[in-house]
Amino acid sequence: MKIMVAIKRVIDYAVKIRVKPDKSGVETSNVKMSMNPFCEIALEEALRIKESGRASEVVAVSVGPSQCVDTLRTGLAMGADRAIHVEFPGTLYPLSIAKIFKALVDAEKPGLLLLGKQAIDDDCNQTGQMVAGLLKWPQGTFASKVVLDEENKVVTVDREVDGGLETLCLDLPAVITTDLRLNQPRYATLPNIMKAKSKVIKKLTPQDLKVEIKSDLEVIQVTEPPKRKAGVILSSVDELIDRLKNEARVI
Amino acid sequence: MEDTTTNKQISSPTTTVAALRLFFHDYFVDGYDTSILVSSTRFSKSERGYPGFSNRKGSGIGIPDSLPRVQGHGYRIHCRNIASMTSKPVRNQSFAMINCDDISYFKKILGERGVVLEEEKLDDANTDWMRKFKGSSKLMLQPRSTQEVSQILDYCNSRRLAVVPQGGNTGLVGGSVPVFDEVIINVSSMNNTISFDKDSGILVCEAGCILENLISFLDNEGYIMPLDLGAKGSCQIGGNVSTNAGACALFDTRTFLSGISGLEVVLANGTVLDMLGTLRKDNTGYDLKHLFIGSEGSLGIVTKVSILTPPKLSSVNLAFLACEDYTSCQKLLSEAKRKLGEILSAFEFLDINAMDLVLKHLDGLRNPLPSAKHNFYILIETTGSMESHDKEKLESFLLQSMENGLLNDGVLAQDVNQASSFWRIREGIPEALMKAGAVYKYDLSLPPEKMYNLVEEMRERLGTAANVVAYGHLGDGNLHLNISTRQYNDSILSKIEPFVYEWTSEQRGSISAEHGLGLMKANKIHYSKSAETVQLMAAIKKLLDPNGILNPYKVLPTSILSQSGVDEP
Ligand SMILES: Cc1cc2nc3c(=O)[nH]c(=O)nc-3n(C[C@H](O)[C@H](O)[C@H](O)COP(=O)(O)OP(=O)(O)OC[C@H]3O[C@@H](n4cnc5c(N)ncnc54)[C@H](O)[C@@H]3O)c2cc1C
Repeated sequence: MKIMVAIKRVIDYAVKIRVKPDKSGVETSNVKMSMNPFCEIALEEALRIKESGRASEVVAVSVGPSQCVDTLRTGLAMGADRAIHVEFPGTLYPLSIAKIFKALVDAEKPGLLLLGKQAIDDDCNQTGQMVAGLLKWPQGTFASKVVLDEENKVVTVDREVDGGLETLCLDLPAVITTDLRLNQPRYATLPNIMKAKSKVIKKLTPQDLKVEIKSDLEVIQVTEPPKRKAGVILSSVDELIDRLKNEARVI
Repeated sequence: MEDTTTNKQISSPTTTVAALRLFFHDYFVDGYDTSILVSSTRFSKSERGYPGFSNRKGSGIGIPDSLPRVQGHGYRIHCRNIASMTSKPVRNQSFAMINCDDISYFKKILGERGVVLEEEKLDDANTDWMRKFKGSSKLMLQPRSTQEVSQILDYCNSRRLAVVPQGGNTGLVGGSVPVFDEVIINVSSMNNTISFDKDSGILVCEAGCILENLISFLDNEGYIMPLDLGAKGSCQIGGNVSTNAGACALFDTRTFLSGISGLEVVLANGTVLDMLGTLRKDNTGYDLKHLFIGSEGSLGIVTKVSILTPPKLSSVNLAFLACEDYTSCQKLLSEAKRKLGEILSAFEFLDINAMDLVLKHLDGLRNPLPSAKHNFYILIETTGSMESHDKEKLESFLLQSMENGLLNDGVLAQDVNQASSFWRIREGIPEALMKAGAVYKYDLSLPPEKMYNLVEEMRERLGTAANVVAYGHLGDGNLHLNISTRQYNDSILSKIEPFVYEWTSEQRGSISAEHGLGLMKANKIHYSKSAETVQLMAAIKKLLDPNGILNPYKVLPTSILSQSGVDEP
């Protein structure tokens, strides 16, 4: 069985986000970009399934501008067997991505499609659900545990829900989106970086896949959260009570 | 006794042994005739090493070969380590004790808030980060401005009240806490950034700014602080300047000296020296700010600092690597210098003992190379402006080194999070050592090719009695040698000192690469500096602080200060 994993290139998790002065979006030039952490977890899970002998190939896919190749190289260095880059320089929204994945799945025929539950840049949390809808595949979202049963062609997925766990059994093929606690992704080792050099990254465009990129939504503006005022250190409890009473008027 | 010895050793090395023999003759003789051999330094050769004496390295005492041996016990020695015994100095009685008038005066100039008398707070301020040095000060002052510092010092100087300047109190040589009842002057409340010039990158700030806050302030402005170290969350820029702290990152500008473009300092008598000039080049007269960099609070209190900060470069790459032996680490370093050139920004090493310790004692850390144990681990960082070019350069260098057999294994950080977790391992070592028990810390500069021999010799000397842990900045020959034991123990200490200082001196190394001398090594200065140099230092100290109130008992041997005229009973 083949596993396909979606990988998004986003602003590095540790970078402080700056909103562009014209509020059209966030600053991305000269900013460190990395693999979306949830995608990293999805890839790790795919690699573990393959290492346990339950899958034969892991294919990493990224949709976006030319630099996505760097992110795919990271995926290959982690252990993916090959990669597909669907190049598109402009803005993309979840529905377009979902359509691209639908087309890729039709061509590649994986038994499992793994995605991160959301990307940390737009926090959409939609792509996995949309592509499952388009494919008419069952979906297990927010997975914190995945157990594949090849023989019976099912996969069991634990989902973290408010106040407990929900366990689902899905018929394969299926779509799974991954949550934070599913696993701890591996580092890219030098031997694997070396191997990755000879792995193939196939380039495609949305046209190749007969997907038309259009959007029925428009981002009006992006703003920073209001700045928090600096705290003050008071010298006594009396002063605190006085401030709470007379300034904050909460007691 | 130690003072006498040290003083002799500095003033007239040739007579030290004779003087000791004269003074302490009886102690050494217990049926045998024993002679004392004071350790050699690179400036004076002691009689040890001359024919006819057993070269008992590290004992501080030598025995003529003619001495009869005691059956089964080797030589019998009764008084060991005379020449470098660690002992606490005695309180200089010329210093006054604080009284109620002093306290009300301080309250008048600083307000209630700036005068700390509570036992709990004083207890913290009296104790150093390692919990190894403890003073008994009854008073801590927290000035809020240069003016207040000046008033405090003026008063203390006229009253002959000894003081200890204190920043974040993370110093590792006992320099930041009182030895006796010195008044603690803590500058933490002076924590404003005064200006930042976006064109020149010059930051001017008060001495009490916490390093980490400055790092993130500059990060927001698109610049970087030319200093980053494990204690960044607590240590302060004034303390960093005063200890001339060195950093993990920044290969060539390692000591942070090159980044300091100006200082404001208050002298012992309250005079404010404004040397904050923010010019890059200025050669009018002596560049006096250098006197205060690394002076550990013994010449003045730093109140403001101006720092030349470089713009942030967008591309930083970090690799965590494993080597089989020390020779490979060294070869890797010279190859890295050659092949990575200007983008190489850090080259740190830790040995297997350091790695094991960190993994055992710190939570949430993960071994980046879990599949096998390795004898040495290396961190290589590159900093540049061309993301993919830099990464490719580093990758191909590492892959080649792997093929050459210099590297056993390695991982390359793929995002900032991974990079921080690799750095956390290296930077967490001091913390892990603290958790493991007592620790004897040595921060040495040594020729890189000899550096690890000392670690191995030390392991041999100590056997199973202690865990010898080594890490450091291989890039500039700075070894952090740490000897971790269950608790502080004189018999272990006597196996370590003076051996470690002698060894270093023999290699023409420095006994303090970056931590300073403080109280711990004040009497050890002669291992690294010639008598003439130490004399000049003492003369400068006397000129700037005639009453010796600033951080007494630290940095320079007390004996030499009293000799050159600074008052002592
Ligand atoms: C976990 C850890 C990691 C460390 N890593 C490194 C490292 O990588 N490299 C390195 O070089 N050091 C390192 N150190 C030691 C280093 O010297 C201190 O962390 C730091 O530079 C001291 O700053 P501080 O504000 O804590 O000064 P303190 O500890 O308060 O004082 C240090 C000395 O400076 C004097 N002093 C402090 N403030 C002033 C002032 N305003 N004016 C005059 N004198 C003053 C004190 O009297 C004392 O002698 C480390 C320490 C720790 C605990």
